[in-house]
Amino acid sequence: MDSILLQILNGLDKGSAYALIALGLTLIFGTLGVVNFAHGAIFMIGAFTAVTFSKLLSLSFITLDPEKKNFLGQPLEIKTAYVVDWFGPTVGNGLIDWAVPLSILFSIPIMLFVGYAMERGLIKHFYHRPHADQILVTFGLAIVLQEIIKSFFGANPIPTPAPEMFRGSIDLGVLVGFAENAIIYPYWRLIYFLFSALVIGGVFAFLQFTTFGMVVRAGMADRETVGLLGINIDRRFTIMFGIAAAVAGLAGVMYAPINSPNYHMGMDFLVLSFVVVVVGGMGSLAGAVAAGFLLGILESFASMNEIKSILPGIDQIIIYLIAIIILLTRPRGLMGRKGVMEE
Amino acid sequence: MLGLDKRDTLLLIIVSVLAILGPFILNPFPSNSALAQFNAGYPDLMQRFVIFGILAIGFNILFGLTGYLSFGHAAFLGVGSYSAVWMFKLLSMNILPAIILAVVVAAVFSVVIGYISLRRSGIYFSILTLAFAQMSYNLAYSVLTPITNGETGLQVYTDDPQYLMGPNSSTVTNLFGLEMRTTHSLDLGGWEFHFNVGYYFCVVMLLLTFYLSVRIFRSPFGLMLKAIKTNQTRLNYTGINTRPYALTAFVISGAYAGLAGGLLAAMDPLAGPERMQWTASGEVVIMTILGGAGTLIGPVLGAGAIKYLENIFSKINENVLQDWFSFLPHDVQEVVVWIFARFTGEGWHLTLGLMFMLVIIFLPGGLVEGSQRIMRLVGIGKAKGKSSGQGEDDEHHPKATPHVAE
Repeated sequence: MDSILLQILNGLDKGSAYALIALGLTLIFGTLGVVNFAHGAIFMIGAFTAVTFSKLLSLSFITLDPEKKNFLGQPLEIKTAYVVDWFGPTVGNGLIDWAVPLSILFSIPIMLFVGYAMERGLIKHFYHRPHADQILVTFGLAIVLQEIIKSFFGANPIPTPAPEMFRGSIDLGVLVGFAENAIIYPYWRLIYFLFSALVIGGVFAFLQFTTFGMVVRAGMADRETVGLLGINIDRRFTIMFGIAAAVAGLAGVMYAPINSPNYHMGMDFLVLSFVVVVVGGMGSLAGAVAAGFLLGILESFASMNEIKSILPGIDQIIIYLIAIIILLTRPRGLMGRKGVMEE
Repeated sequence: MLGLDKRDTLLLIIVSVLAILGPFILNPFPSNSALAQFNAGYPDLMQRFVIFGILAIGFNILFGLTGYLSFGHAAFLGVGSYSAVWMFKLLSMNILPAIILAVVVAAVFSVVIGYISLRRSGIYFSILTLAFAQMSYNLAYSVLTPITNGETGLQVYTDDPQYLMGPNSSTVTNLFGLEMRTTHSLDLGGWEFHFNVGYYFCVVMLLLTFYLSVRIFRSPFGLMLKAIKTNQTRLNYTGINTRPYALTAFVISGAYAGLAGGLLAAMDPLAGPERMQWTASGEVVIMTILGGAGTLIGPVLGAGAIKYLENIFSKINENVLQDWFSFLPHDVQEVVVWIFARFTGEGWHLTLGLMFMLVIIFLPGGLVEGSQRIMRLVGIGKAKGKSSGQGEDDEHHPKATPHVAE
């Protein structure tokens, strides 16, 4: 029982990332009808805003300490971060420590802008081109974005730690009445899950309870009629593209401490997220989220030793296998709408 | 000639001449001049041009004719390579059985994948093929290590059985004793030309496959495939089951990829899982589109262009750039070199991505459409374009499918 619970928990953090990226993909697809292969790159850019922000915070100047000598006999160099100098050691070091959560604030406007620029600058011109062209141009864009990041940050993963107080693990088992050390779970993964639940809830609430969201939903159902009512639906869809980019970006920011960001992390997640979207059903937001968590959890079950000993290698292919089975038995995915992508 | 009309015969002759004279054409600069780094006449690079040309021709039979965009073609390439290396390990270093097995195994593999994937079309088809390719890649890395030798890659060891190996048999890849690595060098003044047996073997294969693809394009079967691309629904309403046709195209295309994989192994008996990664599939797509999908010569041009630029761009590192811009004042030089270094050397993929995006945005028909436009601009191609380009124009300017959300 406890091992089942542990696997479910283990699947949650990856599942959260899948769900957030798939949610963004579906938002873009549902509103603009574009298949965005560059969405993984947006996730990666999000992670790198966290890297950039923590690097900016720890920018430092060097002073010489004439009292102390290093092992070569020269005066010892002391690095002091500017923020420590400005705000004093307590606040300054605290800021550096909390770089990742703080970069959420920093990344939201950036990601909104990236999304907005992508839509206006490139994708806008592809609405009336075949889907194959949309896939190909966004695939090219993904290569370009990831190579730009690579040329600035290098090819190696950059460790970006979580704040000190969240680095340990929590013994969740004790809280629900299992033996000690049965279910040990890192704090940050728990936070990641809660955070993504918050973001997903926020997006759904935004679409459900605001006038803006109502108009967007109406536009998703029938773009032409909404346009005829005198509403500038294109502008709203552009904003939705920005929001979708921000969702993927936030997923990336918070994922940085779990897996040190490298330039191809986006591509790795993208392939899986597409599979998630297809399993959930093209155009279904709830389906994308559900499928994200479902596949994340199934993946973690498949990597249990008990299962691997029966079906070796199943952990490597489970997601793809499920996607194939779903596509062949339920062509529209788990919760797909009728008439979406059925040419 | 050979059942081709005048224009296609001309095309075949052009390709043959280009391929046979490859060692001269790719080596335009004297070997000790400053421009020698733009030469590409090395045996293994030339082999790659041709092999990837075959791969792209095969991909084009699927994507160019039926419009099905497969994102998993590298899987067939990898399967072909693995089976070829296994033949080297089990029989002998003769490449004939290796290549035959590579083609057969890749074809069987593509029957299975195609049968399942072709049940869906559009983006679903792309994702299904992608899923299959990723599965093969992951399995080759992990569980199938006894067959694939995992990360190290499959290679031939001296203690392999090699049942057909005679006492005098060659230990390098050969065709009945004709070693693939044999190279004759011709020194002409400052120029040095290399004639490699492996290259010419690949050229023979290229010409065969190119001829086959021309025949497919011009056959009733090819017409049926084009009809699938134009309007599959209407074809279904006329009572035609399109799936067998699409599956045949998929299998032919998979067999081409298997042949390319087998040839890669025949030139260098090594196979690794990275050949099956989805970025490798993406590369084939890029080659075909860059050259011109749906045209006969486009894929060959695209494969050649990409492999050539890859080789040249990767070679230009910061030192070379420093050398080029040494006439500038020091500070300016630093800046210029820094900017250029983003796009060359290790940054080659950035250039590739940008190039690919520009082609998709401005020139969906690829290089072939570009050259046609230039010809029309100059005024030469006007008459020619009318008589010959008609059939292909629809492929270059596919009709926009209606917007989904509209």
